[in-house]
Amino acid sequence: MAVDQAKPGATAAGAESAEALGAGLEAVGYLPSDTVSLVSYLAIQMGKPVLVEGPAGVGKTELAKALARHTGRELVRLQCYEGLDEAKALYEWNYKKQLLRIQTGAAGDGQATDQWDSVSDNIFSEEFLLERPLLHAIASSDPVVLLIDEIDRTAHEFEALLLEILSDFQVSIPELGRIEARTHPIVLLTSNDSRELTEALKRRCLYLWLDYPAPERELEIVRLHVPELDEQVAKRLVEIVRMVRELDVKKPPSIAESIDWARTLLLLGAKQIDRETFEQTLSIIVKHRTDLDLVAERVGVKLADRGAGPAGA
Amino acid sequence: MERASLSAAARKDPTPHGSVAPTLVDFCRELRDEGMNVGTSELLDAFDALERVDWTRREDFREALAATIAKSQEDRHLFELVFDRFFFRAAEAEALANRAELGGELTGVQDRAGEGEPGDRGEAADGGQEASEQFDADALRQAILDAIERGDDAALRDLARLSIMTLGGAPSSGVLGVDVQRVRRALQLRSQDLPPGEEGAAQRKQLQQFERHVRRELEAALIAQTGKLPTVRPLNELNRALPSSGAQDLAAVHRSVKMLKRAMATQGLEHRGHQRTGAVDVRHTMRASLQTGGVPINLRYRPRRPRRPELFVLCDVSTSVTSASVFFLSILHALHDSFKRLRSFVFIERVAEVTEVFEKARAFAEVSERISKTAGVADISGYTDYGRVWADLYEQVADDFDPRSTLIVLGDARTNGRDPRADLFGAVAEKAGRTFWLNPEPTLYWNYGDSVIGVYEKHCDGVYECWTSKQLEGFVRELTTTRRR
Ligand SMILES: Nc1ncnc2c1ncn2[C@@H]1O[C@H](COP(=O)(O)OP(=O)(O)OP(=O)(O)O)[C@@H](O)[C@H]1O
Ligand SMILES: [Mg+2]
Repeated sequence: MAVDQAKPGATAAGAESAEALGAGLEAVGYLPSDTVSLVSYLAIQMGKPVLVEGPAGVGKTELAKALARHTGRELVRLQCYEGLDEAKALYEWNYKKQLLRIQTGAAGDGQATDQWDSVSDNIFSEEFLLERPLLHAIASSDPVVLLIDEIDRTAHEFEALLLEILSDFQVSIPELGRIEARTHPIVLLTSNDSRELTEALKRRCLYLWLDYPAPERELEIVRLHVPELDEQVAKRLVEIVRMVRELDVKKPPSIAESIDWARTLLLLGAKQIDRETFEQTLSIIVKHRTDLDLVAERVGVKLADRGAGPAGA
Repeated sequence: MERASLSAAARKDPTPHGSVAPTLVDFCRELRDEGMNVGTSELLDAFDALERVDWTRREDFREALAATIAKSQEDRHLFELVFDRFFFRAAEAEALANRAELGGELTGVQDRAGEGEPGDRGEAADGGQEASEQFDADALRQAILDAIERGDDAALRDLARLSIMTLGGAPSSGVLGVDVQRVRRALQLRSQDLPPGEEGAAQRKQLQQFERHVRRELEAALIAQTGKLPTVRPLNELNRALPSSGAQDLAAVHRSVKMLKRAMATQGLEHRGHQRTGAVDVRHTMRASLQTGGVPINLRYRPRRPRRPELFVLCDVSTSVTSASVFFLSILHALHDSFKRLRSFVFIERVAEVTEVFEKARAFAEVSERISKTAGVADISGYTDYGRVWADLYEQVADDFDPRSTLIVLGDARTNGRDPRADLFGAVAEKAGRTFWLNPEPTLYWNYGDSVIGVYEKHCDGVYECWTSKQLEGFVRELTTTRRR
C-alpha cells in the first residue's frame, strides 16, 4: 500500500499552535483546558498516541470526538472489552465470500491442484479482508481519529498487537504480509486504571490526565450545553457539584451529571436551587444509594428553604 | 546555579538540544532516582516536544515535559515535586535574597533566575539574620494564624520562610519531617486551636499548606547549605502518600485492604486444613456407629467454625496534621469498609476508641474531622505517651483479645523521651494472636533520637515501614505469607 500523507503533522489541519487547536476545539463545542490543547497539539505534531486517563465523565471520549469534528476526520472507535481479539479489532477473513469464491472457482474446470493454488492465492487477498476498526484506521485513504476506549479492559496480549500498529503503523497479516498505513491517524487511548498498562505501551504514548475542570470552565461547559438555563442557577449548580465532589462519595458527579442536572433544572423551570429542588433532583448527580444520604445530609442542609429568597452564598 | 539558568539559556537558544540537553538529562536522572521509570524514549520525546512549544512559558514547558515523561497519575504527582525542586528551587532561593514580592508572579521569579550567582546565597542568609530581629515567635504565630484565616497562600509562603529564619537557630536534625514538626511546635500551631467543623476544615487545610511551605523552605535551606540537592527521597514519598489529592491514593489503600481481607480469609482456611482433628461430635459419631453395630469406628468431627477475621487497629494521631496521620486514617477508613469485626483506636497521650465514628460516618473528610475531635480526648500535652497508651490498652481492651485476633499498631514509636514501657506492650501483644507494627518513618530513622521502635519490635510478628500505598500493599502481601505463630 502506498504511504501517503502518513507523515506526522502533515495532516494537521487547524493545528498551527496549541492555542489555535484549542480555539478550534472550542469552535466545535469542546472547551479544553490549556493542558488538553497543548497535549493534543503535541500528539498531532509528534504523531504519537495519547493515553488519556481521568475520572469517569470528564470528557475523554468527547475529546476524541471533538478532535475528529475539528479536523474534519472520521472518528473510528474501538470499544475494548474483556476477550476482545484480533478478529474483532483488526481484521477477519470474509469466510462467506471466500467460500463463495472457492465454490465458483471449483465449478469452473477440472485441474484440481493447480486450480486450488490459484484460488487460495486469490482468496487470501485484500479483497476478502474484512476491515475492523484498527485496520480501517490506518488503511483508510483519508486520515481518521482513532479512539481506543478503555484499553485497560483488554488482556495484556492485546497490547502487543496495538504496539505494533501504534509504533510502526503497519499490520502484518500472515497470509498477506505487511500492510502499511496509508494515512496516519490521531490516536487516543483511554483507560480507567483497572489494571496497569504495560511499560511498552505507555512508552509509545503521551500522557494526559484529565481532571474535573476548574469551576469557571465547568460553568462555561454547562452553559454551552444548556444555554437556556439561568446563569445564576448554573453558577450555583457548579458550586454545589463541586461541594459534592469534595465529599468522599463512591461515585462523584462528573461533567455529564452537571449537564444532566442543568437540563433537569431547566425543565423544572427552577429559578434557584433551594433545598427542596435539590432533594428532588439529587438522584441525577448522585447515583449510589449510600452516597445519597451523605450528600443530602452534608450539602442539602446548606441550601436555603423554599421561599427563603435566592441562595446567595 | 546551572539549573536556575535554564530559562535564560532557553531564550538565547531556541533549539533545546544544545543548551538544555544536559539539564534535562539530569532532571530525568533525578526522576529515576525517585523511582520513576524514565527511559531514553521518554527523554527523546521530551526534546521533541520542547521543540514544538514556546517553552519560555513556564506552564507550557512543564506540561510538555509532563506529557512526555510522566505516564501515570502517580508519576505525575512525583513529577510535580521533582520539577519544582529541580527547576525552581534555586530561583526561589534568589527571590528570597531579593525579598521582593515573594509570592509574586512566577515569571518574575523566572526572569531573575537566570542572573543568579552563587554569591547571592550568602546574602540570603544575611537577610535572614535581619528578619529574625524583626520578628518574635508570638508575632509570627499571629501573622500565620491571620494568613490561615484569610486563606492567603502567598503570605503563608513568606511566613514559612520567615519562620525558618526566625527559629533557624536550632540545629537541623537532618530529617526534614522532624524539623517541620519542630517549627510547628515552636510556633504552637495546633489544629485543635482552629475553629471546629466546616469553617475549621478550610483552615486546617491551610495549616497543612503552611507545613508544606515549611518543608520546601527547609529543603531549600539544605540545598543552600550543602550546595546540592538533599537526598530527600523518603520524605518526598511522604508527600506522595498524601491521599488529600483526590481519590487515587485512597483507592490504592482500599485495594490493599481488600487484599488483606482476602488474605485473612484464606489464612483462616489454611489454618483449618492444617489441624485435621477438631472436636469429636459424639452424637454424630454414635449415630454413625449404628451402621457398624454400635462400634464407633468412624469418628465424626464437629465442623470447625471458620475463623472470622478480628482486627484491632491502633493509630497514632499525635501529628494530626501531618501526612502520615492522614495516610493512617485513610487506612483505618478502608479497613472499616472491609472488616466487620474491627475495632479501632486512636491515641496521642491516651487511647480513645473510634470504632463508632467509622461506623457512623462514611465520608473520609467527616471521619477525619470527628477523629480530630476525639483526638482531643486522647491528647493532653500534645505529645505521644506510648507507656500510657499501653497501660490504657492493657486495662481497657486487652481482655477482649483472643488468640485469633490481630493487632496492628500504626505509629512512629517516638516517645518524646518518656518511658516506652516495652513490658506493658509485650503483655498486650502476648494476649493478641499476632501483632504488627506499621511505622511511617523510613527505616533509616528508626531508633534514632527518641524513636524506640526497636524495643517494641521484639514483641511483634512484624514491623514494617509504611507511608505509601505501595508499602501498604507490600505489607499486605507479606502478611499473606506469614503464618500465625
Ligand atoms: N471540555 C468539555 N467541553 C464540552 N463538553 C464536555 C467537556 N467535557 C465533557 N463534556 C461533556 O461531558 C459529557 C461526558 O463526557 P465523556 O462521555 O466524553 O466522558 P468520558 O470521560 O469519556 O467518560 P467515561 O469515563 O464514562 O467514558 C459529554 O456529554 C460531553 O459532551
Ligand atoms: Mg468515555
